[in-house]
Amino acid sequence: MNKYFHSVELEADKCCGCTNCLKRCPTEAIRIRDGKAHILSERCIDCGECIRICPHHAKRARSNSIDEIENYKIKIAIPAPALFGQFNNLNDIDIVLTGLRAMGFDFIYEVSRAAELVSEATRQLIREKKLQLPIISSACPAVVRLIKIRFPELCDNVMPLLAPMEVAAKMARREVISMTGLSDDDIGVFFITPCPAKVTEINAPNSSEKSAVSGAIAISQIYPELTSKMDKLKVVEPIAKSGLIGVGWATSGGEAAAMLGEKYLAADGIENVIRVLEELEDEHIHGVDFIELNACSGGCVGGVLAVENPYVAQARIQNLRKYMPVSLNHLEENDLDLMMWENELTFNAESFRLSEDIIEAMDMMEKMEEICKNLPGLDCGSCGAPTCRALAEDIVKGNAKETDCIHKLKARIQSVYDQLGNLK
Amino acid sequence: MSNIHLHYDVSGEDFTRAGEASGSVKKRLKALGYNTDAIRRVAIAMYEAEINMVIHAEGGFVDVDIFPDHVDVLLSDHGPGIPDVEKAMQEGFSTAPDNVRNLGFGAGMGLPNIKKYTDDMRIETEIGKGTDLYLTVRVKE
Repeated sequence: MNKYFHSVELEADKCCGCTNCLKRCPTEAIRIRDGKAHILSERCIDCGECIRICPHHAKRARSNSIDEIENYKIKIAIPAPALFGQFNNLNDIDIVLTGLRAMGFDFIYEVSRAAELVSEATRQLIREKKLQLPIISSACPAVVRLIKIRFPELCDNVMPLLAPMEVAAKMARREVISMTGLSDDDIGVFFITPCPAKVTEINAPNSSEKSAVSGAIAISQIYPELTSKMDKLKVVEPIAKSGLIGVGWATSGGEAAAMLGEKYLAADGIENVIRVLEELEDEHIHGVDFIELNACSGGCVGGVLAVENPYVAQARIQNLRKYMPVSLNHLEENDLDLMMWENELTFNAESFRLSEDIIEAMDMMEKMEEICKNLPGLDCGSCGAPTCRALAEDIVKGNAKETDCIHKLKARIQSVYDQLGNLK
Repeated sequence: MSNIHLHYDVSGEDFTRAGEASGSVKKRLKALGYNTDAIRRVAIAMYEAEINMVIHAEGGFVDVDIFPDHVDVLLSDHGPGIPDVEKAMQEGFSTAPDNVRNLGFGAGMGLPNIKKYTDDMRIETEIGKGTDLYLTVRVKE
C-alpha cells in the first residue's frame, strides 16, 4: 500500500497553472511547479475544495465504475443518506433503493441504518463515561485526517468508532453471509458516495487495517442512469429500514441532534472546522460534550461528488424525514465490538514540521523569518506557493528559490539593467 | 544555546484581535515539531495573558524566545498595575468589566490558569506604571 493514498488527482492536460486551487487549499498542500498544480501528499486531506474551485475541471476524484460490481457474485450497495436529497419530489426513499436494485445490486443496506447504530453507541459510551469529552465525531474522514496531521493534542478526543459507511459494510456482509453462506470474497460492497475523502478512507483507512467496503461509486456518476431507472419502476420494493435519525446524518447538525442532548456543537465548511479545532485545542470551548464537524458546507450533501445544490438537498431531506419513525436500528449484543476502531489515531508529525531534528528546525525557521522579511508580503501565489511564508518554507527546504517570486525577479532584472547602464 | 526570538505588539484598541500573537506562536512551534504538550501549555498560558493585557492594560508587547527545551515569554504592558498580586492569583477573583464577561472572559481564572500551565511564572508590577509577566514552559519528556 502507498504511504499516502489520495483520491484527489490532477488531470495535467487541463491544468493551466492558475492559482485558484493553490489559494483555496485549507492545508496549503498545493504548489504550482512548471506550470502545473502538484499535491503535497503528506498534507492533503482529500477535502475536495480544489475540485470544487477549479474552473478548468483539472482536479477530479478517483472513484470506482459501476461496471466493477460485476467482479462479485453478490453485489451490495450501501448508499449515503445524502443520496436521498438529490431528487425532486421524492417522498419515499424506497424508490431510490429499488432504483439501485434495478441497476444490478442484489442487496441494499442504507448507511443511515448504520448511522443510527453509531449514534446509539455514542450515546452509550458517553453515558458510561468511556470517552474523553468533548468527543469529536469521527464520521468525516477529511476532518479525522486533518486532526491527524495538524492537531496532535486532539487525537484522543476523536470518537473511536468506525464511521457509518464502514459499519454499514460490515453489517451488510454479516447479513448476506448468514443468508447465503457465501464467503467474504464473493461479496462486493459499494458505497454510493458524495465524498472523495470516503474513497481515500476505503483505500487507506484511518483506523483499521482493511476496509470492509470494496469500492465507492460517485453519486454524480450513477445519477443519470439511476434517475432513469427510478422513473421506469413498476413496483417499489419495501427495502428501507432507516428512521429520521439516520437520514438526518446527511446534513450538518444531524449527527449532533441524534445525541438527544443539548450540549453539542456542529460546524460545517472546512475553514469553520479549522477554527473550531484551533479553539478546542486552546481549551476555549466549554460546556460542550459532543462536536460534529463536516468538511463540506451543509454537511455530506455538500460533497463534491453530489449533484444537487447542498441547501436544496438539505430542504428535501428535512421534508423526507417528516413522517419517519425516530430510529429503526438498535444495537444488539456484540455489535459494539464490531464497531470500535482497530487502531488508535496517532499524530503524524511529519506533515507540517520543518525537520525531525529540533535544532535543525530552529535553524531553518530563523532563515525563513529572514527570507520572509525580504519578500513583498502580497501572498499573490505567482511563485507557485500559496503565501510568501510558504515560499520561504519551500526555499529553506530546498524546493524553491527566491527568484521564483516575480517581484524579487523583477527587482533583480532592474538592478542588472542599471548596472549595465553604469558601464557605459 | 541558540534560540528563536519573536516579538509581537499587542493592540489594546481592538479586543477581537486578542489571541493573534499566541496563535502565531503556536503555528511556529508546530512547524518546529515541538513537544505537543508544551505547545498546548504555551498556547493556553500566552492566550490568557494576552487577553489580560487587552482587557486591563490597553495592550503592550510580547517577546517570545524559543529554545530546544523550553520557551520563555515576556508580556509587558504600561497598564494600571496589579494592586494585590496575591488576591489576583485567587481563582474567581476578577476586576474585568461586564462587557468582557459577556464574552465569556473575566471569570477570574486568567492568572491561576497561567500558573497552572507554566513551569515558572513571575510578576513584576508597579501601580500606575505597568506589569511585566515572565513565563517559562519546559519540555517534559
